[in-house]
Amino acid sequence: MAVTHATAKSGAVRRVSAALFRRPAAKLALLLGPPLLWMVLVYLTALSLLLVTSFWRLNELTSEIERVWGLRNFETLWGGSVYRTITLRTAGMAAAVTVTDLALAFPIAYYAARMATPRIRSALLLAVTLPLWSNYLIRVFSWRIITAGEGPLQSFLGVFGIHRSLAASNWAVWLTFCYLWLPFAILPVYAALERLPGSLLEASSDLGAKGWMTFRSVVVPLVFPGLAAASIFTFSLTLGDYITPTLVGKGFFIGNAIFNLVGLASNLPLAAAFAMVPVVIMAIYLTAARRLGAFEAL
Amino acid sequence: MESRLARAVIKGGTVVTLVFLYAPLVILALYAFNESVTRAWPPELWTTKWFAAAWRDPDLRPALAGSIQAAVGATLIALVLGSCAAFAVHRFRFFGRETISFALVLPIALPGIVTAIALSSAIDFGHSAFGLTFSVWTIIVGHATFCIVVVFNNVIARLRRTPTSLVEASMDLGADGWQTFRYVTLPSIRTALVAGGLLAFGLSFDEIVVTNFTAGSKLTLPIWIFNNVRQPRQQPVVNAVALVLMLLSIVPVYLAQRLTGGVEQVPAPRRAAGAPAPVAALEETGPR
Repeated sequence: MAVTHATAKSGAVRRVSAALFRRPAAKLALLLGPPLLWMVLVYLTALSLLLVTSFWRLNELTSEIERVWGLRNFETLWGGSVYRTITLRTAGMAAAVTVTDLALAFPIAYYAARMATPRIRSALLLAVTLPLWSNYLIRVFSWRIITAGEGPLQSFLGVFGIHRSLAASNWAVWLTFCYLWLPFAILPVYAALERLPGSLLEASSDLGAKGWMTFRSVVVPLVFPGLAAASIFTFSLTLGDYITPTLVGKGFFIGNAIFNLVGLASNLPLAAAFAMVPVVIMAIYLTAARRLGAFEAL
Repeated sequence: MESRLARAVIKGGTVVTLVFLYAPLVILALYAFNESVTRAWPPELWTTKWFAAAWRDPDLRPALAGSIQAAVGATLIALVLGSCAAFAVHRFRFFGRETISFALVLPIALPGIVTAIALSSAIDFGHSAFGLTFSVWTIIVGHATFCIVVVFNNVIARLRRTPTSLVEASMDLGADGWQTFRYVTLPSIRTALVAGGLLAFGLSFDEIVVTNFTAGSKLTLPIWIFNNVRQPRQQPVVNAVALVLMLLSIVPVYLAQRLTGGVEQVPAPRRAAGAPAPVAALEETGPR
């Protein structure tokens, strides 16, 4: 062993090691201190500051933040039909992307988990994760090219007799989101399908169930936690993204609204309050998903 | 088991999904050689003038340098802090132990824009309080904050799989704490550190949302892309850069495959969207 060669080196290092060995509390403090201090100083402080700011208000005349406590920002969000529309549009988009991605994920996950040979299986898994390594912005950009006026998608749709441009539309945003998060949907569904015992499927068909019935009453209930887990990714990732709508769409989503409230309106208190909306939505979603067993499926 | 129809549907769906995943990348590659500035189909092939134009772009090289600085800095900090936290959580029992991983995953779990405006308003506050200014250091601090968790996850997963009897044997044979760390612990977590470091580097290199809010006037590659994509005349140049970056992204995949002996790593989701907490769990238990 290499250890024996190094025993000669004693002195200070050894004394420190021994001292630390005798005082586990000191060792723990030394290990835990730096990361804990970093997270508290850099992140949790910033986050609490943001939370506090959401209860302050902007003086419209002076554009200064007044440190007066109140729920005015939340009242603005609740009462303003603009913010409600934006929230509903974002949640609707997230739901649409989730459903589409699950539908796209299921066949390839099923094929990889239950029909493919081991070689093809690992090739498929690599093929699914490979696009994740290329830059996020580049993948959004590729959809800007595809959906551009007179571009590839328009000629493709023309083959089916649909002559319209999807450039800068919610359709383009939907397609791009589906594309971006698809790998995150495939992996949990694959994991769930791989764990599905084949004997249950055989038992189902022995008992006379046809393919569709087996699928509906055996496969879907058993992989449901996996589907719920996949939906967490697609839903929450869509909820927080503002780059994609900026680059391929023109509609406003929660992220865009927050971005503009900070940048153009410099109304940080209202932005901070609006930022709590996706956080609350995700908290509710995660609680529901936990009930459905999504976390065991990860 | 599956009927012939079901098998056909599943195979068809698999092909559709694969085409959906790769067609955009192929189209992106084709348009990099497009003669025209417009994106009309089909592209007028072939020209390499946009690669030359990208090479001459005055902002591109500073942006690349900025990205590398930020990614290297953030990765180094994340490696140190992430491993410290992993060792603490794995080796000790203490009050609040379960909340550590929760706190670490928070910057990734919350939508990116929340983390971004939190950090930017904290920097603004720091500016008025003690003259803190936006620079590459504020980018590094922001990136490191959400990179810690990927290193933490990789290291703690490895520690859980490594039997503690090795450490005990080393101590029994007379090695002190430092020697045990140097000759027993470190070799056993080395590939986890490499994988975590690669993921952290990739995460930082790609990040746009937090960067947008913490960079000030400092350029990084994603910021360069984001600024230029929206100028129609610059789009072909961005396209050329995009193709080069896409080809370069094969390097970390290859490295990860080689260094971890074919262990497949799921890259962390791109920060741009603020990835959800369970991704971290996925990295631990994901396909191996």
